[in-house]
Amino acid sequence: MLRLVVVNLFRNPLRTFLTMASVTVALFLYCALGGILDTLQEAIKVGSESRLVVRNKISLVQWIPMAYRQRIESVPGVKRVAVQNWFGAQDPADTKGFFAQFAVDDPYYAIYGKDIDIVAASDALAAVAIPDGASPKLAAYYAEQTACVVGEKLLTKKGWKLGQTITLAGTIFPGSWPFTIRAVYRAKDKSFGDETMFFHYKYLSEKGMGGQEAVGTYVLELNDPSLASTITHAVDSQFENAAPATLTETEKAFQAGFVSMYGNIPFVLRVIGLAIVFSILLIAANTMMTSIRERTSEFGVLKTLGFTDAAVFGMVVTEAAVITLGGGLLGALGARALVSGASVPGGFFPPMSVYWGTVLTGIAIAVVIGAVSGLVPAVQASRLRIVDALRRVE
Amino acid sequence: MATVDVRNVVKLYKRQSEEVRVLDGLSLSIPDGSFVALMGPSGSGKTTLLNLIGGVDQPTSGDVNVDGTNIAKMGGAQLARWRSSSIGYIFQLYNLIPVLSAQENVELPLLLVSMSGAERTKRAKTALELVGLGDRRGHYPRQLSGGQEQRVAIARAIVSDPKVLLADEPTGDLDRKSAEEVLQLLERLNREFKKTIVMVTHDPHAAERAATRYHLDKGVLSN
Repeated sequence: MLRLVVVNLFRNPLRTFLTMASVTVALFLYCALGGILDTLQEAIKVGSESRLVVRNKISLVQWIPMAYRQRIESVPGVKRVAVQNWFGAQDPADTKGFFAQFAVDDPYYAIYGKDIDIVAASDALAAVAIPDGASPKLAAYYAEQTACVVGEKLLTKKGWKLGQTITLAGTIFPGSWPFTIRAVYRAKDKSFGDETMFFHYKYLSEKGMGGQEAVGTYVLELNDPSLASTITHAVDSQFENAAPATLTETEKAFQAGFVSMYGNIPFVLRVIGLAIVFSILLIAANTMMTSIRERTSEFGVLKTLGFTDAAVFGMVVTEAAVITLGGGLLGALGARALVSGASVPGGFFPPMSVYWGTVLTGIAIAVVIGAVSGLVPAVQASRLRIVDALRRVE
Repeated sequence: MATVDVRNVVKLYKRQSEEVRVLDGLSLSIPDGSFVALMGPSGSGKTTLLNLIGGVDQPTSGDVNVDGTNIAKMGGAQLARWRSSSIGYIFQLYNLIPVLSAQENVELPLLLVSMSGAERTKRAKTALELVGLGDRRGHYPRQLSGGQEQRVAIARAIVSDPKVLLADEPTGDLDRKSAEEVLQLLERLNREFKKTIVMVTHDPHAAERAATRYHLDKGVLSN
């Protein structure tokens, strides 16, 4: 009987192909949209529970003074403090190729030493002090104020080379900003991302702030991560009555805050995904009903030969399930193969993820589409009276 | 003992609000191994009677016994199983499945019994050879003439070795030569293989092949 199902699938190859393709596209879109949601979930995982981020309590875009640093460093349990300022420049040669740049100070690379590997670095021309905990490979970087460290993927994407001087056009800090690539990093955890550029905070302060030292965020490394909550309170209470007050949170919570800026977009994406799936369900059901209607007399003949109502029902549902499952597998697995790992412009988010859970949900939806779209024609075919079916021909 | 024994069968159809009495207390006995022709004008109930004997339709009242089994009281799935082993049906328009080859069409009834693929192929091949189409096994219906298609349909009807063959206007759509071939085949199946054949026909020439002829008019049978 499988042979009957197979030959009927190829009875009208174009129709079968188009129906399957529509299911493929629908499930691809559903899983790709699901991948965006999965990526947002991954983004939340990027941050660490053992690092804290201190920022202006009112808004992330407001500065906090460098003078706060010493007081933060003196809070018991704080191991290191680093400065991290968002730069936001553009590459004039590729204005649409957005990527993140941060101005950071020396302890930064010690704080993130476990998260990245320095895979390439220029040789230092002279001896230079390397901050405790930072990679010695950064010697050339530390020796040069306009040096920068770039992610491996960013280097490849832009076609840059180690030692090359690149010039960015400042936006928040206007002007032409030359940087020399002195090191290349590779993230140990893919969620950290390889598409960010880091350079010296001092360069930003002198050229972009007129020598003033305003800080976007402080990153704190803790001696004991289990004390994060206590240290959070301790830091903020120092500046409770100051202007500006601070907001200290774990790096994970800080990252989650970015994701929450997207507000209801996850809900909207889910609704769009379901709408796509529902419309394809209607198309598949219509196609199946048309196909079955064309074969009314054949079902009459099969029943005359002795095929039971249940057998006819099974054949129709199987036919629908093969089309939709085939299309669903292609779409869901295709989304995982093509979307997973794709870079999200900007470097704010880790590479795209399409969880296996999303793929399996997509495949399950395809099976449901098949069952439901085949259900009505299957019931109609199984309930068909032989005399009525044969009369339609003779 | 009669192979087919129809007793006081009534068949009513509802057409909108009107009730149409197609068969009106009809009784008929067909002995084992007979070749019977049912004739009559259109709407006389010939095909309805054939459908009742074949278990394709159920009487409103009365009994239909085929080979000792009262099929009038059987349920859907039971009746389907009975049909697959007891009845061979030959349609006027052949009703072959167009996407299956001649061999695959003939194998269809055998899909319903427990049988190996090799045995199924062998039986279907034998049936096609019997009807003279052993060399056309791989042909599709669109590649066959009308007469050849009808012979494939006959092969399909006999492949599960049923006792009774029901033929509804088997030559109605054929030219004279093809009709003659089909009728000769039916005669052979009756004579050599002792199949009981009930044939509905408008064609007096076809009806002459049957040993017994019945005339049906307004649901009433006469010999």
